[in-house]
Amino acid sequence: MTKYLSSHEYARVEGNIAYVGISPYAAAQLGNVVYVDMPEVGDDVEAGEDFGAIESVKAASDLYAPVSGAVIEINEALIDNPRLVNEDPLANWIIKVEMTNPAELDELLDEEAYASVCH
Amino acid sequence: MKTTCLHDLHIAQGAMMSPFGGFDMPIQYADIITEHNAVRNAVGVFDVSHMGEALITGNEAEKFVNHIFTNDLTGAPDNKIYYGMMLYPDGGCVDDLLVYKRNDKEFFLVPNAANIDKDIAWIREAAKDFDVHVHHLSGLYGELAVQGPDAEKTLLDVLGIDASDLEFYTFKDIELEGEDVIVSRTGYTGEDGFEIYASHMLTRRLWTKLMEAGVQPCGLGCRDTLRFEAGLPLYGDELTAEISPIMAGFGMFVKLDKPEFIGKEACAKQKAEGTEYKLVGLEVQGQAIPRHGYEVLNAEGETIGEITTGYHSITLDKNLAFALVKTPYSKLGTEVQVKVRKKTFPAVVVKKRFYTPNYKK
Repeated sequence: MTKYLSSHEYARVEGNIAYVGISPYAAAQLGNVVYVDMPEVGDDVEAGEDFGAIESVKAASDLYAPVSGAVIEINEALIDNPRLVNEDPLANWIIKVEMTNPAELDELLDEEAYASVCH
Repeated sequence: MKTTCLHDLHIAQGAMMSPFGGFDMPIQYADIITEHNAVRNAVGVFDVSHMGEALITGNEAEKFVNHIFTNDLTGAPDNKIYYGMMLYPDGGCVDDLLVYKRNDKEFFLVPNAANIDKDIAWIREAAKDFDVHVHHLSGLYGELAVQGPDAEKTLLDVLGIDASDLEFYTFKDIELEGEDVIVSRTGYTGEDGFEIYASHMLTRRLWTKLMEAGVQPCGLGCRDTLRFEAGLPLYGDELTAEISPIMAGFGMFVKLDKPEFIGKEACAKQKAEGTEYKLVGLEVQGQAIPRHGYEVLNAEGETIGEITTGYHSITLDKNLAFALVKTPYSKLGTEVQVKVRKKTFPAVVVKKRFYTPNYKK
């Protein structure tokens, strides 16, 4: 299951783990990603709060957490090669979160609802 | 919102469009890095038809332009181009612009898109006491900027324009397809290049020829990264009604030995007494890209200024910025800090010209 925030972050859910990244639409709008400012493993993130930022040539955009929980992994490949986000934003998630409140997923947009905010 | 004469062609090419200076403009066609590198290494073309154009004619044309413009046109050769500013009496910038001298009685002005209405009103008001006519021509011209080391060859091979005789910052009036066209060796990228002013329909035909020849179309995204690396200011960021050319470090375009011009006394005072703030270049350490509006701090953590433009430089692969800082912190080598989101990163004051331009002298 993949769900979205209207600010273009996704949470791809497997069990109580959420892979969090940005949508293909957002990646295309940003253009060349040059840096991803990620939290550290062990940090807590809170649904709706910023947990980092993604920088394209043009601008910096805050990243918002779709769900609350602990960061159990960051995508270290993005440190040396942030452009992976442009190449395949769904495969190249940014952080992996162990969810503390999976009920928050009900508040997120499904594919269809998210598609309607992209235009 | 205004559009240029190439707007529908940009849409058809799939350009990402965004408002700039009151116009719906192409930001990028491919991606900013590809377009940026095309200009640095080969050639690219920009639609800069949003830029304004005005012609000043009359017996007192030279005297009048010298009155409103900071650079000195006295005794200038015909077909030479000057960069400078129009100032308010307090030294703040109305705009920065190019002035093309056709002859003593005819000067062609190219102001920024966002300032066209303000500038024309300013010029017309100032012109009341002079024997000149102000012709506002922004609606009549399209403008293309062909930029990069292969620009001269591209003009000849693709457009049939021989510009090999043009020196940097000169222009000529030519006839192309039966129309009057202005070609100048100018640009805003730090590379050799040309700007072509022609009618809307001819501009469309020239653009189409360049596309058919495979020249990289370039958007305003890389126009900004290119000009930034070359140390060139953008009105609204580095020059504003509050930031004078003296504060911004462009005093070489402010000729204080001229008899008079609007803003002269204020600039002379600023130069003699110094200004509270100065524009500097910064190189920021670590993974931190400085952006417009971010705070600059001293070692003690006190705010001493802010970023006006910043990028991860595409050509130099460094995090660089222009910043307006309190004058005691403006010396080369001064160590400061930049606040990027919740963290601060060390930065050092460096020369604003990060990239040495490849102009043809």
